[in-house]
Amino acid sequence: MLTPEEWDAIRLSLAVATRSVAISLVPAVAVAWLLARGRFPGRMLLDALVHLPLVVPPVVVGWALLMLFGVRGPIGAPLDAWFGIRLVFTTEGAALATAVMSFPLIVRAVRLGLENVDPGLEAAARTLGAGPLDRFATVTLPLMSPGILAGAVTAFAAGLGEFGAVITFASNIPGETQTLPLAIYAATQTPGGEAMAARLALISFALAVAGLLLAEVIARRMHLLLGRAG
Amino acid sequence: MIEVALRHRFGTGGFALNAAFSVPATGVTALFGASGCGKSTVIAAIAGLLRPREGRVAIGERLLLDTASRICLPPEARRCGVVFQDARLFPHMSVATNLRYGLRRAPTGEQGPGFGEVVELLGLAPLLDRRPGALSGGERQRVALGRALLARPRLLLMDEPLAALDAPRRAEVLPFLARLCGAARLPILYVTHALDEVDALADHLVLMEAGRVVAHGAVEEISARTDLPLLSARRDAGVLLPCTVEHVTEGVAVLGFAGGTLRTAAHVGPPGTRLRMRLRARDVAVATEEPRGLSTSNILPVTLAAILDAPEPAEAFLRLAAGPSLLLARVTRESAQRLALREGMPLWALVKAVTIDHRGGPPA
Repeated sequence: MLTPEEWDAIRLSLAVATRSVAISLVPAVAVAWLLARGRFPGRMLLDALVHLPLVVPPVVVGWALLMLFGVRGPIGAPLDAWFGIRLVFTTEGAALATAVMSFPLIVRAVRLGLENVDPGLEAAARTLGAGPLDRFATVTLPLMSPGILAGAVTAFAAGLGEFGAVITFASNIPGETQTLPLAIYAATQTPGGEAMAARLALISFALAVAGLLLAEVIARRMHLLLGRAG
Repeated sequence: MIEVALRHRFGTGGFALNAAFSVPATGVTALFGASGCGKSTVIAAIAGLLRPREGRVAIGERLLLDTASRICLPPEARRCGVVFQDARLFPHMSVATNLRYGLRRAPTGEQGPGFGEVVELLGLAPLLDRRPGALSGGERQRVALGRALLARPRLLLMDEPLAALDAPRRAEVLPFLARLCGAARLPILYVTHALDEVDALADHLVLMEAGRVVAHGAVEEISARTDLPLLSARRDAGVLLPCTVEHVTEGVAVLGFAGGTLRTAAHVGPPGTRLRMRLRARDVAVATEEPRGLSTSNILPVTLAAILDAPEPAEAFLRLAAGPSLLLARVTRESAQRLALREGMPLWALVKAVTIDHRGGPPA
């Protein structure tokens, strides 16, 4: 029913979205914590920086990544020289570009989850002898987990469809960086590709709906687990 | 001794706290005062959840805070168990896990009641597998008491633990609280604005008003003072007397105290039970001759020790000596003149009502 190229696009989209979430989740939790709880000069600046990908054209983000992580870029050159890692035109590069684009989405959701955590509970944990890491792991993190989950799901869903930054930074290479939206784009540019574009569009749609349903199911279980009314 | 001295100001020109007191490191000390007088701020500063501008907090030799020498232990190192007004149980953990939270983090080798003992003491066995969300307010507060106690604290701080509960829930938790206070072999600081909780639980009293300590000492001693409007202006102003149930006949109990006996129809427990009764000044009247033909059977021979000013100018407090015990009666100045009351005069005190608290010791 689907051609090998189409299967490749689906597989790649899932792989890129998964990796992008894996890359950005831990830094996003850290940044959300800094933004919600930190009191330091430059907090506003960090806030603005994190939200930049939401307002800057994705192509510009891709271009900036190309400048930084390109083979001659200030980060890309040492990566290549020391570890032999090249991100440009690779699946990893596509994942990085997607991660940067969805980073503000995760941060926002995680921060919302964190702001829902009653600081009184953390104070209670302190009086019971729990140090900073201990109470973060046993109280704050579990209680903010719905926010983390929401952020991860949103970022995953958005990551399936990231276009501008990926095509600029990682290009449109079938089997390597050609995710669903890039494949759809390529199909619409090819004479007679309408049927393929339609099939891939339907699949994108189905994946998005499945993701949302899954998130809903997990969220309900989590609320039960956290002892809140779902 | 527990020594506390704190100075703090919220914002500029905000609420100012300037409180200092020291109380023995045994028994229950009640921090009593109206809402907003700074009681909870004192508790937060002792627990380490608030850093005062200046201050010193020491439990015996152990210094928790001393701004002069830049010592300020974090809350997790102070080992002050706190029972908050809103319980603050961890919603994602079962009752059992909540109870063990502090226990697992207590230093090894630290003495204290065990898990089973605390569960038994507070009647928590049926709740252990439940989530805090499925508990009533009273049950939650009992779990919070157990959790704080199991953390093996050096000092237990209770910040109005019953204030958020309705009257039936309060009545449900108060006996557990009294049992805990009796069983916990550690000092307890108990913040409240309810005088019946002071009567029921406290050994020592720290009176606070507008961020300052106006008096501190043994609760019976402070209760008998008439110069503290915080107490003497209340409707239930009066003395607290320790007493023992002597015998119970047809529902009427005879309570013996140093200086006489009083009868009450209240449920006070079996003979030998030790209690504390509050004799409100407005429930005590005096007569210059032995009264006859009265419905009240509580008539005590006393000596008028002093006539003292009451908050109402038209009234006076009479300090009455019944043996070694001192009673207070509130009378009008006019009656005092009519009866030609003077110090040293023998009188008869008529006690119309006796209020009994829950503080029950084992039979003596």
